[in-house]
Amino acid sequence: MSTQSTMQWFAVRKELRPRSRFFVTVMSFLMPLLLWSLISYVPWLWHPKVDITDPGAVTYFKEGMLVDRELFEKESLVQKEKGEALPQGNPANPIYLPAPHEVAIAFYKAFTTEPKRRTEKWLHESLWDSIQVIFWGFVLSSLIGVPLGILAGTYDFFSRLFEPFIEFFRYLPAPAFGALAVAILGIHEAPKIAIIFIGTFFQQVLVVSNTTRKLDPALLEAAQTLGAKNKSLLFRVVIPGILPDLYRDMRILLGWAWTYMIVAELIGTSSGITWFITQQARYKNFDNVFAAIMIIGIIGLTTDLILAYFGRRLFPWQKQASKA
Amino acid sequence: MKHMLDLPSYLEQDDEVRDRFTRLKQRPVILEVKGLDKEFETPKGKVKALKDINFRTHKREFVCVIGPSGCGKSTLIRILAGLETPSSGQMLLDGKEVHGPGPDRGMVFQGYTLFPWLTVRKNVMFGLQMSGHTREVSEQEALQWIDLVGLSKFADSYPHQLSGGMKQRVAIARALANQPRILLMDEPFGALDAQTRAKMQSYLMEIWKNIDITVLFITHDLDEAIYLADRILVLKAHPGEVQELIEVPVPQPRSPDQLLSPEFLATKKRLEELIHPADEGDDISEDHLNMVRMVPVDDEVESVF
Repeated sequence: MSTQSTMQWFAVRKELRPRSRFFVTVMSFLMPLLLWSLISYVPWLWHPKVDITDPGAVTYFKEGMLVDRELFEKESLVQKEKGEALPQGNPANPIYLPAPHEVAIAFYKAFTTEPKRRTEKWLHESLWDSIQVIFWGFVLSSLIGVPLGILAGTYDFFSRLFEPFIEFFRYLPAPAFGALAVAILGIHEAPKIAIIFIGTFFQQVLVVSNTTRKLDPALLEAAQTLGAKNKSLLFRVVIPGILPDLYRDMRILLGWAWTYMIVAELIGTSSGITWFITQQARYKNFDNVFAAIMIIGIIGLTTDLILAYFGRRLFPWQKQASKA
Repeated sequence: MKHMLDLPSYLEQDDEVRDRFTRLKQRPVILEVKGLDKEFETPKGKVKALKDINFRTHKREFVCVIGPSGCGKSTLIRILAGLETPSSGQMLLDGKEVHGPGPDRGMVFQGYTLFPWLTVRKNVMFGLQMSGHTREVSEQEALQWIDLVGLSKFADSYPHQLSGGMKQRVAIARALANQPRILLMDEPFGALDAQTRAKMQSYLMEIWKNIDITVLFITHDLDEAIYLADRILVLKAHPGEVQELIEVPVPQPRSPDQLLSPEFLATKKRLEELIHPADEGDDISEDHLNMVRMVPVDDEVESVF
């Protein structure tokens, strides 16, 4: 690359041209996909197993079975020496690495196939259960966490009262409370919501209090010289002042709560999309597992992008930053 | 230098000017500061920021406070605004002691402190609503003030859409809408470019002339201080003390062509003497760098002169 084109692509702290930007963004998704495709479709890349098409004279080989390549070659040699029919097969990847097209098909079929048993749920029903668990966990955490955070960020009294303990509690891993949650709250939805709550709440208070503290103190002083006192300072200056940053914090916290989903759903009775994943793993339908995991990722990312879009419109007084 | 101007003493006053000051000092006293001290705790021990500050400000007077950096100007005005408490001494507004900030002492800060989430209109309404007026009354009053500072067209703009001068005009309107007894201004035009500053100075004079407001204005710009002020309070640094309270001999009303008048220059000379004395004796103020000649003697441009 000439130095000029190097500068176009790698100028420090300068944005790429819009086309270049778009290209690289697309590559961000395309490259892993390409790698996956290469490993799946190019027979001499990896493919440590063999998919048996014809068992030949080997007694324990069956059609459609996956065996290690060394075993296959060993058995082939044995049969060759005996002069019997040789087994046939295609190189294949292990069952836990389905090919992209298999996942795509699974994606489609997952939403359209009826569950195996009548009491089991459709994928979108499982998904809806998961979303509800996250929603309630997050809402509950926010209802308590945000006010506490704002109080702690505004009044040193509340800061010293809440924060030291919360700083400590934050290091206790939420999943560790699983058994306790079930013992207290039963085996259905409640302990799952509790885990999401525990995973979110403590970080939330600390993050919100930090954001509240960042408010320009000059604004508070100006308000005081205009006659604002006590409660007015809190409700008319602090809260409106931190709203854009609070919104951004909540978006990030929702992302964290989202990652607790799988863990939370393993507590008590399996439910939601985690149930779907563990079930499919048990049936060894890893293409469905991949599809489900990707669905979770897609929903998470889409939600975040939607919230980011609204964030820019909700706060017209913010100077336009390029990308949230 | 070709001509050394023969300047009068800054203490010489025309009859008109002297009369005016006599009348000024007979006006009621709005602000009285008695024996104000302020000490700060620092890691190096106690630092005295202000020592024994005494002065009086009369009704509708324009007082500038000036001094070298570190003389405590900002500390003084913050104490007057109630944002800091003095270590000792008294502050009397209309004869009564005041503690804590309030709308009776309006303040305009150097960094623009308009509320970014409120429009110009709502910003100016803020103080009025704090003192209990209804939305309708507050809005009416606010719009009047916005009109008086010439920003009617921008009533529904947000602060980030305004220029520096406009933001300060809104800040002034916002403070004045509460009808304070005294308007405290902490280097309000410091962040503006020279042209905008000149405009803002004349706007401020217009406001001061027409409404019942006493102004205490901090600046480090000597020209600004002399141009705007009736009297100038000159502070000394380390610790901050009153050096002199100068009565500006330049006749009122002021105009830009007075900048070169003998009275103006005499006052400026006096301020320079007070603020930048000839022989400091400090290690800090050195007059020369360690530069040596680095241009070869046979260079095309051998000397800049």
